[in-house]
Amino acid sequence: MATHALTPAATYSRGGLYEWLTTTDHKKIGILYLVNSFVFFFIAGLMALAVRAELSAPGLQYLTDEHLYNQLFTMHASIMIFLFIIPILAGLGNYAVPLQIGAPDMAFPRINALSFWMLPLAGVLLMAGFVTGGAAAAGWTSYPPLASDRPLASTGSGQDLWIVGVVLIGTSSILGAVNFLVTIFKMRAPGMTLFRMPIMVWTMLVTSVLVLLATPVITGALVMLFIDRNLGGNFFDPATGGNAVLYQNVFWFYSHPAVYVMVLPAMGVISEVLPVFSRKPLFGYKAFVFATAAIGALGFSVWAHHMFTTGAVFLPFFALLTFMIAVPTGVKMFNWIFTMVRGQLTFSTPLLFALGFLSMFLIGGINGAFSAAVPVDFALHDTYWVVAHLHYVLFGGSVFGVFAGVYYWFGKMTGRMLDETLGKIQFVLMFIGFNLTFFPMHMLGLAGMPRRIADYAANVGWNDWNLAATIGGFLIAASMLPFLWNVFVSLRNGRIAGDDPWEANTLEWATSSPPPPYNFDHLPEIRSERPLFDLRHGRNGH
Amino acid sequence: MTAESHALTQVEPVEHSPVATLAHDARGGISNPILGMLLFLASEVMFFAGLFAAYFNSRANTTPWPPAEFEGLLDPLSLILVATIILVASSFTCQFAVWAIRRDDRTGFLRNMGATLILGIAFLLLQAYDYSVLFDEGMTMSAGPFGTTYFTLTGFHGAHVFGGVIMLGVVMYRGMVGQFSGRHHDMVEATSLYWHFVDIVWIVLFSVLYLL
Repeated sequence: MATHALTPAATYSRGGLYEWLTTTDHKKIGILYLVNSFVFFFIAGLMALAVRAELSAPGLQYLTDEHLYNQLFTMHASIMIFLFIIPILAGLGNYAVPLQIGAPDMAFPRINALSFWMLPLAGVLLMAGFVTGGAAAAGWTSYPPLASDRPLASTGSGQDLWIVGVVLIGTSSILGAVNFLVTIFKMRAPGMTLFRMPIMVWTMLVTSVLVLLATPVITGALVMLFIDRNLGGNFFDPATGGNAVLYQNVFWFYSHPAVYVMVLPAMGVISEVLPVFSRKPLFGYKAFVFATAAIGALGFSVWAHHMFTTGAVFLPFFALLTFMIAVPTGVKMFNWIFTMVRGQLTFSTPLLFALGFLSMFLIGGINGAFSAAVPVDFALHDTYWVVAHLHYVLFGGSVFGVFAGVYYWFGKMTGRMLDETLGKIQFVLMFIGFNLTFFPMHMLGLAGMPRRIADYAANVGWNDWNLAATIGGFLIAASMLPFLWNVFVSLRNGRIAGDDPWEANTLEWATSSPPPPYNFDHLPEIRSERPLFDLRHGRNGH
Repeated sequence: MTAESHALTQVEPVEHSPVATLAHDARGGISNPILGMLLFLASEVMFFAGLFAAYFNSRANTTPWPPAEFEGLLDPLSLILVATIILVASSFTCQFAVWAIRRDDRTGFLRNMGATLILGIAFLLLQAYDYSVLFDEGMTMSAGPFGTTYFTLTGFHGAHVFGGVIMLGVVMYRGMVGQFSGRHHDMVEATSLYWHFVDIVWIVLFSVLYLL
């Protein structure tokens, strides 16, 4: 694109902070994504603790203002989804993808920086609602008429700030998706054919297609909501000829594929981790790739299973397609399990978190298949069953996958390894806390407890399970302390990682830790999806 | 990788010039910026698809369509036809500009690009005038789903034309200072793709809003 000769890039010695604020290096941007996402993870986690504290017993004890309670669970979900899970997986992808395909950087480094810097700005906008008369309080789905300009919605501009913030995050995602796709299609190293790409790269590819085609649709939904609220539009209000279910259709057309945006890259992470710590190649590489593509394609045709009870969708079609998603997901379960069968397992922290993903995501898949059955869904819709299901998928699945990735790549990113003992303590606390929090929610849902309530009667039998869930929630919070301490001490005194501490398979381990600017001095020959295995063992290794 | 070779990369960053590896496409075929623009346009298609879905949903729920008080207001044989012809013509001049720069004809490129820019601005002015006429007739954003969908669809299209005019302005400026040649003009190609996309959206909008 440049039309005149540029002076070659030189590494000026810039100040540390200035360097981080202006960097276009995909590795630094990836780390910025991770740090930013963890900050929002802890903020939204504190909101969840406030919600759990309120629900620990019947009555209103801590959040006596129910409207504040509404704001807290709304912002908890919004921040966790839009500012933690989606960006942190994009961050891991940002760090890993160019390295894994042997590229010097992303295709558009400055757009990459732009994608990142929109996120903290959007986070500030989202939370600015708290100081301008109340943050968004209509749930992360923000259905009209609840989110319209009506007495139940937040007074002030909180809901509008939420809309603008989420549109900004969507724009960041779209630009990021374009960047990933061009990088993956155009910048692979010689020999890196599509079917030699690491699974992490494949999942980022499919995720990027989902982001590219689904995110603009939620932008449309939010724009229409904004117009209804502020410019006198008549999209969603039946009183003026609008249609409230229209919003749900357009919203879920994005937000269901978004579930796969939030879980596919985590599947990619554990598909890197499991083979390395089983000392075997991934079982059924191509089947995994096609299953990923199938999940992506089916993901576009199941959105209305969130709307069964509206009576406005064709139930058999959406139920059938929802069940069908279990097929490629089941294929992946076999891929992962048979990767470990007869392997030499090393129970390092990344593997533990990957196993956490495997088992918890399995539960999340099974309780999801229940909700896909229309009659069951009519009973369970908007109960705590759904809260249990989505947390088993997004926390038990994605967040465990994120930690597997952080423990796996931390040595590559910083040059020092995270401590294994602290990592295992974190895993055990988090695993127990997670199940203590979210398993009882199945029972609460079956007992009929609705989501998004601040208070409940003392005599309906929900007290014990709620107390257990609250204790579990604080246990999860406690499990973050060894993690933070681990990062803090390991950055200073952690074991030196070296180029390839795990004896791994993919190209990021062929360069130094941390890698130099533009990543590689020279690349090994790429003849399979495990170039480093080939390098260690030659062709005889196969 | 040895420690020495790592040290070497920090001493001689010239070896890792981003220009050498990023801006040039080693694999042949379509260039990175053009592929990026095509993918971005795919997402734009989905954005307008969402708005069109809302339009058809609103239209199906509202009888009669158009409402009696706006009957005949959206007349295809009015100033809007002139605006349509202008925008379609600008797509042609834009493509002439691309063909000109491909054969290194900078004068032809600048002439056609300038014409595209002027036609784009003319379209925006006509649309603004058309809005004022509709407002006088009482058709506004809050005039029921008919008004809401009309102004949302045409408004977002207009915003895209406005963005395109800015891009054309940048292309024009860079062309005038001589940054484009027969070999280096990816931005011209990418901008023309965007401009054609905006034109096609308008043709669909015109057909749906005025003819259908």
